[in-house]
Amino acid sequence: MSATDFESAPEEHHPTGVTRWLSTTNHKDIGILYMGFGLTMFLVGGLLSLLIRAELFEPGMKIMPPELYNQVIAVHGLVMVFAALMPLTAGMANYLIPMMIGAPDMALPRLNNFGFWLLPPAAILLVAPWLLALFGTGNGTIDTGWTIYAPLSIQSGLGMDFAIFTVLLFGLSSTVFSINVIVTVLNMRAPGMTLYKTPLFVWSWLWTAFLLIAVFPDLIAGVIMLLADRHFGTHFFSAAGGGDPILWIHMFWFFGHPEVYILLFPTVGILPHILSTFARKPIFGYKAQIYAFAAIGLLSVIVWAHHMYTSGLPAVANIYFMFATMSISIPVSILFFCWFGTIWRGSMTFETPMLFALGYLVLFGIGGLTGLVLSDAAADQQYHGTYFVVAHFHYTLFGGPIMGVIAAIYYYLPKVTGRMYSEKLGKWHFWLTMIGFNATFFPQFLLGIDGMPRRIPDYALQFAHLNMASSIGAFVLGASQLLFLINIIKTAAGTGERASSKVWEGAQGLEFTVSSPPPYHTFLLPPVVQ
Amino acid sequence: MASATSDAHHEAHYFIPTPSPYPILLSAGLFLLALGGALAVNGSSAGRWSALIGALISAYALSRWLGAVIRENRAGAYQKQEGLSFRVGMWWFIISEAVFFSSLFGVLFYERVIAVPWLASLSPHFSPWAGFKAVWPTSGPHGAPFTPQDAWGIPAVNTVILLASAGTVTLALKQMMARERALATLLVGVTIALGVTFLGLQAHEFYHAYTSLHLTLGSGVYGATFYLLTGFHALHVTIGLIMLCVILARLVEGDFSAENHFAFQAVGWYWHFVDVVWLFVFLFVYWL
Ligand SMILES: [Cu+2]
Repeated sequence: MSATDFESAPEEHHPTGVTRWLSTTNHKDIGILYMGFGLTMFLVGGLLSLLIRAELFEPGMKIMPPELYNQVIAVHGLVMVFAALMPLTAGMANYLIPMMIGAPDMALPRLNNFGFWLLPPAAILLVAPWLLALFGTGNGTIDTGWTIYAPLSIQSGLGMDFAIFTVLLFGLSSTVFSINVIVTVLNMRAPGMTLYKTPLFVWSWLWTAFLLIAVFPDLIAGVIMLLADRHFGTHFFSAAGGGDPILWIHMFWFFGHPEVYILLFPTVGILPHILSTFARKPIFGYKAQIYAFAAIGLLSVIVWAHHMYTSGLPAVANIYFMFATMSISIPVSILFFCWFGTIWRGSMTFETPMLFALGYLVLFGIGGLTGLVLSDAAADQQYHGTYFVVAHFHYTLFGGPIMGVIAAIYYYLPKVTGRMYSEKLGKWHFWLTMIGFNATFFPQFLLGIDGMPRRIPDYALQFAHLNMASSIGAFVLGASQLLFLINIIKTAAGTGERASSKVWEGAQGLEFTVSSPPPYHTFLLPPVVQ
Repeated sequence: MASATSDAHHEAHYFIPTPSPYPILLSAGLFLLALGGALAVNGSSAGRWSALIGALISAYALSRWLGAVIRENRAGAYQKQEGLSFRVGMWWFIISEAVFFSSLFGVLFYERVIAVPWLASLSPHFSPWAGFKAVWPTSGPHGAPFTPQDAWGIPAVNTVILLASAGTVTLALKQMMARERALATLLVGVTIALGVTFLGLQAHEFYHAYTSLHLTLGSGVYGATFYLLTGFHALHVTIGLIMLCVILARLVEGDFSAENHFAFQAVGWYWHFVDVVWLFVFLFVYWL
């Protein structure tokens, strides 16, 4: 069969300038687009959180009206989850999975490009109502918090409709990307790369993709029903027509709880790579970790109502969801055991990626343990809706995914750019992040135990000192991320020593067999894996 | 790739398409569609225009994109591995659709089995809707009365029609494999005719429900779940029909062979999926 009348990707030449990025079918280009977008949105979400902390710096209404405060916390949550963390982990997958499994690219390259370019429109839609409000239309964007609970979300203004369409676009993007990951992992591995030789990061993303396909359609159905309740006269979530606002909470958390693992898995997968590299020891418990992913993934879809202990479910339901939730700590403990087993008696060095990986263990450990506290249906009657919950999920989601993404970026930055980053700046970044983070969120555990409610722009005087400490911590945390940005930009600009193809002394894996930076197309001909 | 290596290693080299403007064009179209949707539900006529233009751009981009895939296929770009990627991808797409419909059936189950009895069980001292009885169908404590659809009229006929169309599309694929192109083309045509009949009857039924039975979107949880499930099913039948029309056109043009027929097969799978969903719709929405 002739191969001349269709165009296959040429070895090294590709369009330059903007066109390259708009029309690319290259997994590395698309990975970098995802990372750039995710980091930008991480800064946007971070700035919004600083607005929140500025408002809460002192008791009393300080810098914004409560309506705007509600919008800021809603957009902060949605941006961090959908526009920052998910694209960051998807960017890692795009860049790394084909190289790790010895594939020339993702299996469906055009679909890959499509999936990325749904993200900027989704983010624009989310904040567009603020622009409209400037021109006198509507009263701003979504103001329900990221959980979009009915009936508030049915009564809310036009910002809610924009948020609904935002979720639809994010959902489409995640679904096509998940399909692409599954097809790539199942069909594109190099000869000899059996599933049980596939790196843990790839396994973790396979489970992430399964989870996304298992739960995102449910949220899509939910927001469509919400749109219908708002504009087409249906009563899915309204008791006046026999419906039930609690149905929304079920639908949201059936998605929302697994979503935590969707954010978490990719970094749980990359963590053993980093720990093993800097401990100069092979990964401990490779198969145990794969089975732990499976167990966590399966359990995650049957525990959602631990977010609903105070919503009036029957006691027997609360008890079931309590024990089911607590059982997740078993596979998570297996992961921790394997991580400690990997670094146990290793000849460790503490480069920046390793520091962030160890920070991950500490912070995510605290997040996980306080999750166990919250999973207790009786204790949760006290903690529900307080700052204890806010502190818990920031230890889980910043301490886990964000620390992990930062560790992965430092770990692979020399591979991607061909240059070493500044270790000194990296270490400053790490310590300021650790100090800033704990100063921000540890006081919130105490505030929550004292009963300070979340999502409120003002508070009683008794909470003043801890809130001020938290706000100061937040500004340290925010400012220290600028060091990260400077470090990335300087490295990408070509300062710093040249990186070898192996980059790190203890690095393993196919991605460290190609040059740094890798050629535009890697493994057009599959490598031989023994 | 340099042509020498390209020929030498053609079997081993997975096809990676060159940069393409259509994916981002499709994203842009969907952006305008979503923006227009958000504005239109708030009564903006600019929103309706934006949605219309977005839909047109999306349709154009999608057809050009798939057109490129068809051309590449004709030129022999796809080998076994590429074919497997398409097949596995289609399977997981259908799985994601199945999850979507499972959510909708879950909604029906929750409203009927949990929400309505719960609402009726509240103590009259606390409930603003004292006296509400847990029955199904219901339009809720505040809903207007309506008559539900009878399962053994048009819905039963539609079940037969869709099942028949599942048979014809399977036979069509079999004939394709047996190199009976004319017969395969005819059977795809019959499948389309059955699908169009189904949609026509369904449209008539919706019209009848709205005008004579007073069963509307606003008829409480029954009306809402009824239109949610039948409406999304009808939407998927429509999508399936559009894809079948493309298959028909390609058959007439001489595409597909016993060895090379991924799109045909995939649309067949999709059509079966839509069939199975209908069986559940008939069972849980109309019959039980
Ligand atoms: Cu949860």
